[in-house]
Amino acid sequence: MENLNVYAAKLAPQQESLAPGHRACQGCAELLAARLVAKTLGKDYIIANATGCLEIVTSSYPHTAWEVPWIHVAFENAAAVASGVEAGIKILKKKGKYPVDRKITIVAQAGDGGTVDIGLQALSGALERGHDMIYICYDNEAYMNTGIQRSSATPYGATTTTSPAGKASPLGQHTMKKNVVEIAAAHNIPYVATASPSYPFDLMQKVRKAADMPGPAYIHCFVPCPTGWRMAPNLAVSIGRIAVESKVFPLYEIENGEYKMTVTHKHHRPVIDYLKPQGRFRHLSEGNIAEIQQQVDKSYDRLLKKVKMSQIELD
Amino acid sequence: MAKRVGIEVSLAISEAVKLANVDAIAAYPITPQTHIVEHLSELVADGELDAAFIPVESEHSAMSVCAGTSAAGARTYTATSSQGLALMNEILFIIPALRLPVVMTIANRALSGPISIWNDHSDIMSVRDTGWIAIFAENGQEAFDLTLMSFKIAEDHRVLLPISVNLDGFTLSHVIEPHEFLDQAEVDKFLPEYKPVVQLNPDAPVSMGTVGIPEIFSEAKKCQDEVLKGSEAVIKEVFAEFGEMFGRDYKVVETYRAEGAETLLMTMGSVSETAMEAIDQMCDKDNRKVGLIRLRLWRPFPAEALRAAMGGIKTLAVIDRAVSFGGTAGPVAGEVRSALYSTDQAPYVASFIAGLGGRDITIDDFIAVVDQAEKMAAEKEIHQYKMIGVRE
Amino acid sequence: MTKKFNEKAWHEYELGFMVSQPGCATEYRTGDWRSQRPQTNKDKCIKCGVCYLVCPEGAIVLAADGTYDFDLEHCKGCGICATECWTGCISMVEEGE
Repeated sequence: MENLNVYAAKLAPQQESLAPGHRACQGCAELLAARLVAKTLGKDYIIANATGCLEIVTSSYPHTAWEVPWIHVAFENAAAVASGVEAGIKILKKKGKYPVDRKITIVAQAGDGGTVDIGLQALSGALERGHDMIYICYDNEAYMNTGIQRSSATPYGATTTTSPAGKASPLGQHTMKKNVVEIAAAHNIPYVATASPSYPFDLMQKVRKAADMPGPAYIHCFVPCPTGWRMAPNLAVSIGRIAVESKVFPLYEIENGEYKMTVTHKHHRPVIDYLKPQGRFRHLSEGNIAEIQQQVDKSYDRLLKKVKMSQIELD
Repeated sequence: MAKRVGIEVSLAISEAVKLANVDAIAAYPITPQTHIVEHLSELVADGELDAAFIPVESEHSAMSVCAGTSAAGARTYTATSSQGLALMNEILFIIPALRLPVVMTIANRALSGPISIWNDHSDIMSVRDTGWIAIFAENGQEAFDLTLMSFKIAEDHRVLLPISVNLDGFTLSHVIEPHEFLDQAEVDKFLPEYKPVVQLNPDAPVSMGTVGIPEIFSEAKKCQDEVLKGSEAVIKEVFAEFGEMFGRDYKVVETYRAEGAETLLMTMGSVSETAMEAIDQMCDKDNRKVGLIRLRLWRPFPAEALRAAMGGIKTLAVIDRAVSFGGTAGPVAGEVRSALYSTDQAPYVASFIAGLGGRDITIDDFIAVVDQAEKMAAEKEIHQYKMIGVRE
Repeated sequence: MTKKFNEKAWHEYELGFMVSQPGCATEYRTGDWRSQRPQTNKDKCIKCGVCYLVCPEGAIVLAADGTYDFDLEHCKGCGICATECWTGCISMVEEGE
């Protein structure tokens, strides 16, 4: 496999298994992330996709953008369908009905809605049963495909069509983003990671690592949506970078329970740099922004503590 | 070499699944299906059945996992009842659309509410339009035989549809009956290995479950419908082959003492055996001209066979074990009336609802039903349906 | 002559209406959507490949000289390449110019 440790785009794997011609909005970071996943895994993988933007735009009959085997069943069961594909191939190999030495990676793909809300049960079941698969959540922080409705991954203070900032309720979303990364880690699976297509090599390395580690892996991928976040389409990659630089979405991995930052910055940007370019935060007051800065700082500190604790145990 | 064994019907079904050399089982426990899946996981754990037993976290996931295993090319089985069937409802419609030959045992149990673990047909009737083939077993031997036949029917390349084998929960699933088992060699001769037409394989990548845009959706549904209707021919073929090989004949519509009958009683499932006793009593003791007719095949609905079996009777008393609230008839009676409407000399179809939530239907009940039906027919009473055995 | 997908009879489609032609989405010209198009000043291009890596369409392809060309049949004109380009040598121009 090509060298993903050299952060030179020129040396990135050339293979593509997600074809252009899909019907995503212009500037869609979810499709970019999916393309990078496809680039990393090549041709020997099978996808179980949940209903959502990724599924709809890539599979409008008679077209498919996928160059690998792909199945879509319903909204909340990507993890369950993937479990079935994994278990099915495993038993077929055992019974001599499938070439034994063929390494095929099983991937479940779903959005934040299909993971954190309606898909949480199936995800938990799949992780607990220990299937050898990767679950990738493409998190654009709302039910984008159905028209930008809130999910439990929508961040505090974001306006969505079902948590709009209004006269009686000026904040928009008033609950905190559900931390599904920690929920996945609580299942004691070998590998959990956060990723962003704004850091393509970090993402590709993590996908490669997840594929090579036996057992379940969970990757939470932060994918800005220009349409839903109310930004210009050319900003998806840069706003994703600012999210990491402002500690809103830290990039880390949890390998066998040990926390490790994979991307760090000496200096962090204030959270307002992240919030300002997005129309979905336009209604926030200075007080709200200060509150959000506090929440982000606290969350990040807690994460650093876990990283530190992991380092201590290793000594 | 047939072995005759006295065993709980649930366990006989597990034995059939084992003989069928199933590859994958994904199931969630629900009374009264539990003994089936418990025995199957024992068989797997003891190495007697080489299959993946996937203990899913809900029935919705059970059917979703089955979609995955079947799409990967594995011979797939599951079992459920009542609430479990209701929970997987969404996925039930998708399995036949994807042409996945999943075999499922349903231990028929009443749907909540109020919550009931006892037997009736509300669960299977609630999934009538999902596009599955549905067959009814009346006794343990039938449950065993039909389970084996189901794999052959479902996996036939002319069919490739999922199939449910229905048996009454508790009253059939939990009783000990004599079964004539087949041995592995006989089953292997009858049931070949599953050869999928398409499977998820990187050597030939396919996309399954793409978006059904309006330009093709009607064609997709028509295709599903035609395949389901066409499966009746395959079902009859498989029944005939089974009969030839093992000496037990099955028909899509079964009759009992129907020759020369003026009135037919219609039942489905294990109450049919009690009904037969009632028929015997009415014919032998009271010299009445009554017979019994049973729909073994529920979906696709065997309309032609039903019409052919009418034989000029005057009255057809249908006993449903599920209610279609505020509807025109019990689910079965409604379809039967519909299939017989406009035929020459269509009999008077009386619709009765009985045996809900585990309430027994006794021989006397059956006789009373026949009496009432004949009276209603004579008076040409216009009715939708009558619920019987309810305290007023 | 193969019928168009919306002209076939119900029995002429694949099993379960699956699509067995991988990547056939390329037939769909998403390039027709755009209102602006990327243009590279090849003299300033340092051949880093970042644009290639961050295009959500995969519509940037390696040219023989090591620079990158745009697949205009599929480029939606989002402008991510221009924004991310390290030397700023990609600019977005209005379609029709």
